[in-house]
Amino acid sequence: MTERQRLVEAVRNTLFEEMARDDSVVVYGQDVGRNGGVFRATQGLIDEYPNRVYDAPVAEAGIVGLGVGLGTYGFTPVPEIEFSGFMHQAFHQIQQHVARLRSRTRGELNCPMTIRAPYGGGIRALEHHSESFEAGYAHTPGLKVVVPSTPADAKGLLTSSIRDPDPVVFFEPTRLYRAFREEVPEGDYTVPLGEADVVREGEDVTVVAWGAMRHRAFDAAESVDASVEVVDPRSIVPFDTETVLESVRKTGRCVVVHEAPKTGGMAAEITARINDRALYYLEAPVQRVTGYDVPYPLFAREDEYVPDESRIRRGIERSLSG
Amino acid sequence: MPRETAYELSIDYVQVLEPDGSVDAELEPDLSEDDLLEMYWTMRRSRRLDERAIALQRRGELGTYAPAIGQEAAQAGSAHALADEDWMVTSFRETPAYLARGTPPQMLLWYAMGMEEGSATTRESRNMPPSIPVGSQALHGAGLGWAQEIAGEDAASLVYFGDGATSEGDVYEATNLAGVFDAHTVFLCQNNQYAISVPRTKQTRAETLAQKAAAAGIEGVQVDGNDVLGTYAVVRDALESARAGDPVFVEALTYRRSLHTTSDDPSVYRHEEEEDEWETRDPVVRFETYLRERGVLDDDRIVDVQESIEEELREEIQAANEGRESVDAEEMFDYAFETPIPELERQRTEFRDAASEGENR
Repeated sequence: MTERQRLVEAVRNTLFEEMARDDSVVVYGQDVGRNGGVFRATQGLIDEYPNRVYDAPVAEAGIVGLGVGLGTYGFTPVPEIEFSGFMHQAFHQIQQHVARLRSRTRGELNCPMTIRAPYGGGIRALEHHSESFEAGYAHTPGLKVVVPSTPADAKGLLTSSIRDPDPVVFFEPTRLYRAFREEVPEGDYTVPLGEADVVREGEDVTVVAWGAMRHRAFDAAESVDASVEVVDPRSIVPFDTETVLESVRKTGRCVVVHEAPKTGGMAAEITARINDRALYYLEAPVQRVTGYDVPYPLFAREDEYVPDESRIRRGIERSLSG
Repeated sequence: MPRETAYELSIDYVQVLEPDGSVDAELEPDLSEDDLLEMYWTMRRSRRLDERAIALQRRGELGTYAPAIGQEAAQAGSAHALADEDWMVTSFRETPAYLARGTPPQMLLWYAMGMEEGSATTRESRNMPPSIPVGSQALHGAGLGWAQEIAGEDAASLVYFGDGATSEGDVYEATNLAGVFDAHTVFLCQNNQYAISVPRTKQTRAETLAQKAAAAGIEGVQVDGNDVLGTYAVVRDALESARAGDPVFVEALTYRRSLHTTSDDPSVYRHEEEEDEWETRDPVVRFETYLRERGVLDDDRIVDVQESIEEELREEIQAANEGRESVDAEEMFDYAFETPIPELERQRTEFRDAASEGENR
């Protein structure tokens, strides 16, 4: 059975289902209670689970830090950070405590926390509301980093994340919350973390893209005169390197697309992995189509900053001409 | 327009045991001889472990170590008030507290030897591992206390931090959130007068640190932290309050008589007169005087205690050294995730290959 849902609805329904399945799940964060979250991802949860859904004060470090205590105690905290741009206020808790708890205690304590946060641009929001900092979290050992790009994946990946014994940062692309509906499987449905989705098969060039960029990459692939394979990794950590390598060994070319700044972004890491293990299959240098190394601009310049279909197309063409 | 008082604030100060060993009979907690001896034993053990650890560090056998010399009463008194089902959350200077909770000295030595084995803990022990960033663990204590409230557990969490930590946002967030969520948390601020070299007076313009609780709407109280009976009594009451959903902030006034850590030189920023003055308020001496007057201790028993501590520490140091011999570097790959992720497994293989090449050389 399936039902047509938007991404935000898939997230909300998953939260309902996981709270029903496991009474250790606790949802909390700024405005997640009465208001149902600024994107309405938690709407109605507090009515169903008044003792496991909490409005929290404006305190990102506090929200994440309390999760360490909840998780250690035996709960499964699923906090929402209202916008991922404000997760920096909690980054020290994530980096110094959440991600390290298992290592520091030799596997005795763990924090099975899933930190949900809207991420990425495209909704003409205020300053600091659109950043795409997945590489910073991927650079934090002990943490899993997940980015769904479709409603069905949002359900499957969020379910896996909540059930995962390790801490997960779950980035929800704001641009996609209400962008379209698609069939979402009903009932128990999981997508394993670390398994890429080959969105579109092709022979000439591989494009790797996630979040909102996956859809732009797909559109660009449709519009060029070549056979383009599009791979959506679905999780940044663990990253399905094998699927990307397999695709690159077949096509000999690769373009990596992300919204984040170029320097030190995930595209650099993916390029390095291709260089390590598939260099001699390459017909051309790996191309990066990314945001620029400037602070994320206000929305008057946002469309020029974020890779669009034509920039991705040019990246593909550069790769094909190399 | 005349101003009216919107809110009035006062902070209680508690002292049960005077520096000369005399006691306020009205406030004196009802503790058995065994309890008293246990607290004394913890304080003496901790003092000796710290002294030995400093010596071991000087000989290059330990890494950086943070002694709690001078703060034994604040920690032994507070930790002794904990029940088995309570959680303890510490910073990096809590040797007396860990000893009071049954952590073997060997573990503390391992941690100072740079081994994660020393910060291993168990869910059953309800002790968190030491937290090195200043004040960040206050939130974990608040989270545990909140969990106890949600779970309806008749237990509490005690979180330790120093005076410097009260300048960190996390400590304020922790007290505030604990208040909002009725967390079963007691915040124990050991005001040992210095954050490394910066004196308490430069940490805040507030008259007391306990009054910081007022901004979060929770109770704040000050206690003489060199008075083990007073600290015990205040923290025992605070834990009772916390178990009912009313968190408490306790400021224990004490003094770090030794180094911040073994890499610190306090002579640069402290005065001898001040050190001499606090020496007269030493928590171990004060408690010993009281116990002698109560007839619980005499010269012979003190010698017995000292000998048993020396014997124990000899064995624990030996066990720690033996354990160090068996450190397997590859185990660093074991605990990042419950199930290793592919990239980490590849790196483990690389590590293994590099190690075996090293052996072949």
